[in-house]
Amino acid sequence: MAGHVDTSKGLPSHPERATLEGKNKFLGFWFFLGGETILFATFFGTYLGLRNGVADGPTSQEMFHLPLVFIMTMLLLTSSLTSVLAMFAMKKNKFGTFKIWMWITVLLGLAFLGFEIYEFYEYVHHGLGFTTSAFASSFFSLVGLHGAHVAFGLCWIIVLLIRYNKTGITLTNAPKFYLASLYWHFIDVVWVFIFTVVYLMGVV
Amino acid sequence: MADNLSTPFEKSAMTDEEKRQTSKEIRKQIIVFALMIFLTIMSFLAVGADIIPRSFAIPFILLLALVQLALQLIFFMHLKDKDHGWAIAFMISGIFVTVPTIAALMLLLGITKY
Amino acid sequence: MAAQKQEKSVIWDWLTTVDHKKLGIMYLIAGTLFFVKAGVMALFMRIQLMYPEMNFLSGQTFNEFITMHGTIMLFLAATPLLFAFMNYVIPLQIGARDVAFPFVNALGFWIFLSGGLLLSMSWFFGGGPDAGWTAYVPLSSRDYAGVGLDFYVLGLQVSGIGTLVSAINFLVTIINMRAPGMTMMRLPLFVWSSFISSTLILFAFTPLAAGLALLMLDRIFDAQFFIPNMGGNVVLWQHIFWIFGHPEVYILVLPAFGIISEVIPAFSRKRLFGYTAMVFATMIIAFLGFMVWAHHMFTVGMGPVANSIFAIATMTIAVPTGIKIFNWLFTMWGGKITFNTAMLFASSFVPTFVLGGVTGVMLAMAPVDYLYHDTYFVVAHFHYIIVGGIVLALFAGLFYWYPKMFGHMLNETLGKLFFWVFYIGFHLTFFVQHLLGLMGMPRRVYTYLGNQGLDTFNFISTIGTFFMSAGVILLVINVIYSAFKGERVTVADPWDARTLEWAVPTPVPEYNFAQTPQVRSLDPLFYEKIHGDGTMKPAEPVQAIHMPNGSILPLIISVGLFFAGFGFIMMNMENPIMNPWIVAIGGLAITFGAMFVRSVKEDHGYYVPVEQVKADLKKGGN
Repeated sequence: MAGHVDTSKGLPSHPERATLEGKNKFLGFWFFLGGETILFATFFGTYLGLRNGVADGPTSQEMFHLPLVFIMTMLLLTSSLTSVLAMFAMKKNKFGTFKIWMWITVLLGLAFLGFEIYEFYEYVHHGLGFTTSAFASSFFSLVGLHGAHVAFGLCWIIVLLIRYNKTGITLTNAPKFYLASLYWHFIDVVWVFIFTVVYLMGVV
Repeated sequence: MADNLSTPFEKSAMTDEEKRQTSKEIRKQIIVFALMIFLTIMSFLAVGADIIPRSFAIPFILLLALVQLALQLIFFMHLKDKDHGWAIAFMISGIFVTVPTIAALMLLLGITKY
Repeated sequence: MAAQKQEKSVIWDWLTTVDHKKLGIMYLIAGTLFFVKAGVMALFMRIQLMYPEMNFLSGQTFNEFITMHGTIMLFLAATPLLFAFMNYVIPLQIGARDVAFPFVNALGFWIFLSGGLLLSMSWFFGGGPDAGWTAYVPLSSRDYAGVGLDFYVLGLQVSGIGTLVSAINFLVTIINMRAPGMTMMRLPLFVWSSFISSTLILFAFTPLAAGLALLMLDRIFDAQFFIPNMGGNVVLWQHIFWIFGHPEVYILVLPAFGIISEVIPAFSRKRLFGYTAMVFATMIIAFLGFMVWAHHMFTVGMGPVANSIFAIATMTIAVPTGIKIFNWLFTMWGGKITFNTAMLFASSFVPTFVLGGVTGVMLAMAPVDYLYHDTYFVVAHFHYIIVGGIVLALFAGLFYWYPKMFGHMLNETLGKLFFWVFYIGFHLTFFVQHLLGLMGMPRRVYTYLGNQGLDTFNFISTIGTFFMSAGVILLVINVIYSAFKGERVTVADPWDARTLEWAVPTPVPEYNFAQTPQVRSLDPLFYEKIHGDGTMKPAEPVQAIHMPNGSILPLIISVGLFFAGFGFIMMNMENPIMNPWIVAIGGLAITFGAMFVRSVKEDHGYYVPVEQVKADLKKGGN
């Protein structure tokens, strides 16, 4: 039903919502994010309810290492900005610029994921395993769920970038990229709460 | 008919006015980004360095997190733009449901664990 | 881009279909099969309770049956049966050619089905789950429950994904796909209630997914969420479960309200009384539905403050529900009522539901709830809501929409007989359970001692179950009989009804509306009958119609999820034949591989050419 779009003048200024399919995807994805909010809320609630249940294992004060978390936060926040800039390039039909910003986003995300894996490895090494205590289980599942979202988002963006490497911006791929960028921002929002509620409140 | 779904475009249909708006928008987003970095540093400092009393630190960093949430949603995710009414409605509903969920799991679990 | 649709064999066509009407019928069939399965379990449980100290079922089997009966009825029978009508009717009622995401619609169905089959596989691997449909820990923890509970966890996890994506699809459909003139406040009430119910699914099935994930991690990967001496907490599960579980009741009952709000005006020959009030009452019910979950936990020991808050919030729900009840009564008041089978079900729904609502308010009073808690009073209450509310509405909807879905009427004589047998059986079964509960008979027990005053009422209750079973058998006979001998429907509007689904010809063409209709009022078809010539005005010229291509990928994705879930279950089995990780990762690889193919391969659908649309229009005659 894209027949009604006026494409004679060039790429519409909102290519992600120019077709009905794009509009549907846009709305459906926002609703999905609304549902994801509750999903994470349940994990946050679980963590907050169980964070004092350390049994004989180490506590959060003994384990958490703020400088590393600070670096990870900066990486993810910056990647959020680069994906915003990529979206602006997409709207202006500047495919080259768009690709550069997207790949920078991917690199920042990969760095974040690398640090997270390193962090988990260190914790397990120092006696905080997934099964050590209820606190450990809820910590790893909350932060791990976020990490899984980052990993999925990276795979998604990389697949899109490779698939559409040569096609330029079209009315079919613009919604896909836009949704991937929304997803990426959402991951960033969740991380804001993770570093506040889990790490900062964990060392206070 | 809709044969142009998979073809790229020669140029953008943006008018000059829209282009000016977009540049302004980009500047705004960068300012918001700087603000978010600032807020992040503030909350790390509040906890990491003993600048403010600890009892005050927790509500303070939670407040900063809420501000960042608003900034991300409104600016980075464009909720302030038009045609976002339904998205806003559902995000607000979602956040609205999270509050009792988290509160209950935090407060109502009780001391008796079995 | 294929200009023409390819010819397919019948089976391949149904396996790959993305047509909302075919998916609706598939939901109807799958839901009915699960309904019968869980119904037979209920029958067996009632036979076991017919006399004191019966030995028809063992205690273990009884526990497995109560668990599976509840789980199947809610997740795999009521939900898909409502989805069947939502799928079939919503696009027609809003004047759309299809749902917003036809592919996702098919995906939702197949994922639901594979989740349901995964849960049912438990019978072949040492018995079903046995911790009740609420699966409270520690009863369901790794120390006390066998592998059956892993089937519960993974089966529900998988089918929950299907339900969730379907709900998002309905939401977007209702917002974006409405015909010109079909404003939000002109939506039929069934569409409104489905919309709000889908919102609830979006916000309630995600906590369930989280809760099930925690339980799975606990059971399979030795996490410590629910293990008290490792810092865990068992009440956590109860909260998460009921944060989902209470809205779930409204997820099911709101579309049922919607069906009633369609059937009653159609057969009272009056417009629905208080349309706006109905819409806002539905919203308020949904809103309050999220604030009351802890009334299932009054006896847990949350303290008087929390108990009071949740008790008051619960009682408040009676207000918007009361508004609805009165609006249905006022719709019938002074109407020209036709008491056919659909209307018999719809009108008898009203007093039955009031009974369930009143016992609900009784249960909401926290202090008295200490007496009712976990007795048969609770069982009676929620069966009045679920059978007396949802199932009666489903039957009303079945008789109402059957001619549109299958092209022939259901037999009215058999239908009315079915109604009376079922309705009398229902009250026989469940009314006495109120009294059993007040006498102190606990729920979920597999037997009881004689001469304690419980014998007679248990016997009556079981006899009622036989009536209900006979009723359902009558329905099956009716369906088969009507398929051969039923009155054929060739007109678009056999009931002389009010809404848009009766404006499309029967059988419905694949593209629904040859020309998108222009909606001018609430009850658009009725408006045209009074103010126009009885047909909808087109909003567009006759032109080629864009349609989505069918795809086998939804089936592949759900098969992958089935194996992934089964692989995780195998990790808790005594001696799995092969390494569980191979099965789990293989399944996930199939799922993500199919998703990858879907993402990479662009598919823009096809067009039904103008000539064919014109030929159909001439043939259809309307």
